[in-house]
Amino acid sequence: MDLKLGHYNKDGIEVVDVEGEIDVYTAPRLRELLIDLVNKKSYQLVVNMERVEFLDSTGLGVLVGGLKRVRAHDGSLDLVCTQERILKIFRITGLTKVFGIHDSVDDAIAARKAEK
Amino acid sequence: MPTVEVTFTPLPAHVRTARLVATAVARRSGVDESLLDEVRLAVGEACSRAVEAHRTHCPRTPIRVALTDDSERFEVVVTDAAPAEEMPAELASSSVAPEPVPLEGGGVVHQLPPGVGLAVISGLADDVRISPAGDGTSVAMSWKRRAE
Repeated sequence: MDLKLGHYNKDGIEVVDVEGEIDVYTAPRLRELLIDLVNKKSYQLVVNMERVEFLDSTGLGVLVGGLKRVRAHDGSLDLVCTQERILKIFRITGLTKVFGIHDSVDDAIAARKAEK
Repeated sequence: MPTVEVTFTPLPAHVRTARLVATAVARRSGVDESLLDEVRLAVGEACSRAVEAHRTHCPRTPIRVALTDDSERFEVVVTDAAPAEEMPAELASSSVAPEPVPLEGGGVVHQLPPGVGLAVISGLADDVRISPAGDGTSVAMSWKRRAE
């Protein structure tokens, strides 16, 4: 399946819904969305990956790029993911130490609010 | 002789096709269902790396993926024709995950540092060999097959 992207604001945090496969072909679209959100001054992001079926290192690179962009504005980029096959690539690359990874969008938002 | 051989022009859209073919052949070859996600990701990483290299150096030259199941193992060899670039020596011989990506400093990073794709492959496949092949590089990876 291709990549479907959507986003909405919840409690002042922009939630990005991602569905499908994030790879070398589709990752540029996610990158463009994240850049667009930052350009529109959305610096608190949650990327919901619960419906992501495939993620490779190109997709990881886009997420890291997004994190760098929001951190440049003292922002944050948290992830929602409970799928073992997706979490595995975060573990292999050591990125579990870089991203906040949560079980649900509500958990991610609550954790972000608690840090403020 | 490979069981299945695929060649494709170095376009990102074709990487998904290569992944799907590799997963289908792995399933038919008796690779355990629990390992198919790893086959899919590792082959995707190897093909993505080859596509990036070809787009820089030889965009008209196809990439070759050979899938073989004539031994106790299912082997996938992705061969590119792009000049080999420097890779961390440890990645060529062992399973090593990179350090977490540093986030200090300025600039805009669109991709992870070179070698991360190979590190991912090393973390997924049972056995990985990276070696020169003609003008380019071959990435060979294999997984155990179920006893017939």
